Amino acid sequence: MEGETAKPAKGRVCTICNQRRAALKRPKTLEQICRECFYAVFEQEIHGVIVENQLFKPGERVAIGASGGKDSTVLAYVLSELNRRHNYGLDLFLLSVDEGITGYRDDSLETVKRNEIQYGLPLKVVSYKELYGWTMDEIVKLIGLKNNCTFCGVFRRQALDRGAALLKVDKLVTGHNADDIAETVLLNILRGDIARLSRCTSITTGEDGPIPRCKPFKYTYEKEIFTYAYFKRLDYFSTECIYSPNAYRGFAREFIKDLERIRPRAILDIIKSGEDFRISTSTKMPEQGNCERCGYISSQKWCKACVLLEGLNRGLPKLGIGRSRGVNNEPGKNTKQAKGVESIQSKQCGNLDF
Amino acid sequence: MKLTLEFGGGLELLCDSVKIHHVSVEPQDGEQKLTMKHLLSWVRTNLIKERPEMFMKGDSVRPGVLVLVNDCDWELSGQLDTSLEDKDVVVFISTLHGG
Repeated sequence: MEGETAKPAKGRVCTICNQRRAALKRPKTLEQICRECFYAVFEQEIHGVIVENQLFKPGERVAIGASGGKDSTVLAYVLSELNRRHNYGLDLFLLSVDEGITGYRDDSLETVKRNEIQYGLPLKVVSYKELYGWTMDEIVKLIGLKNNCTFCGVFRRQALDRGAALLKVDKLVTGHNADDIAETVLLNILRGDIARLSRCTSITTGEDGPIPRCKPFKYTYEKEIFTYAYFKRLDYFSTECIYSPNAYRGFAREFIKDLERIRPRAILDIIKSGEDFRISTSTKMPEQGNCERCGYISSQKWCKACVLLEGLNRGLPKLGIGRSRGVNNEPGKNTKQAKGVESIQSKQCGNLDF
Repeated sequence: MKLTLEFGGGLELLCDSVKIHHVSVEPQDGEQKLTMKHLLSWVRTNLIKERPEMFMKGDSVRPGVLVLVNDCDWELSGQLDTSLEDKDVVVFISTLHGG
């Protein structure tokens, strides 16, 4: 191979088409492939995941959680492409959350607004200010840079659900990729969060709730998403949140990248490990109910957003942070849940809520 | 040797928020060719203004930083041993934060 002369200037030849110059090494398969073959296998694989897992039914309305970042931008692009190519018959929408972070979300929302035009997908923006009466800038001013990711994560999860309800969609898709899921598996093990561990690898969650969520990129490597976005010159936003130090998740992320360098399959293997965990039947799991105040799903009397909001509005922002259970801790009321209770601190940055 | 270096995914913040740099880099003393290994240490000395640990780990890029040489994954050209030529375009994209 190396000695052949008719090949273009330098570099190896694509192992799929045997014609063009290879442009990347696929982390999943270690194949060396050219740009065109990469586009084809990348899109085909996602189509395969969608079909195999029956993620959508014809005629469904589907919201794409869009942050303006590379994952959701690639997801919006690929999904609208596949919808056309394979006649999924879906009505696609972009759904964005405006947390009210000056210099970060306002800029990334501009990206989503451009995506709205570029991909011809209607956009809905819901803001923390309208839903909760507080922007993240105001919350940080009050509570400082500790625990702010907790507020943001809890609020974002609900905001996406509420936005999806306003759009009257049947499903919500998010751009969580294989690296994100592997990272979350590790974090849930490190925290002993058995409830989240058992659901964080599911490709679809919340099927019993009003709006199921799914992750078409569950098996898609971040490296390939970046490469795809770069080669296609997709318009995405890439600045870190100004309020997110997020050290713990950062360590897990780096650890995964270190493993990937030595053995790229490690990411898929961690996901597999997460899927194959069997939780002993004697483990107490939190019981799902509804928040008495807003009706959102909750394993407690009040959902986390309501507890946090109560704290903010009463000027006691520590309420609901950490293990001490403020409002939810009325004596005698939740002795039943006391054991399996999810710690609010178990979710550091809402960028990756599962 | 004239090169174009592009930083993305937040790495541009480490070099005065400038994404594209047109630079002139010579091979290390006594060497004929300019390798990626030498380029990385040159970048670290001459372009990175803060938090070099976000860009490098040991003598290579930090895992999670994507490197493309002339739009080609550097894993295909020998990573640190990749030899560069005049007018090459090298892209660094960090994949280490959210999206």
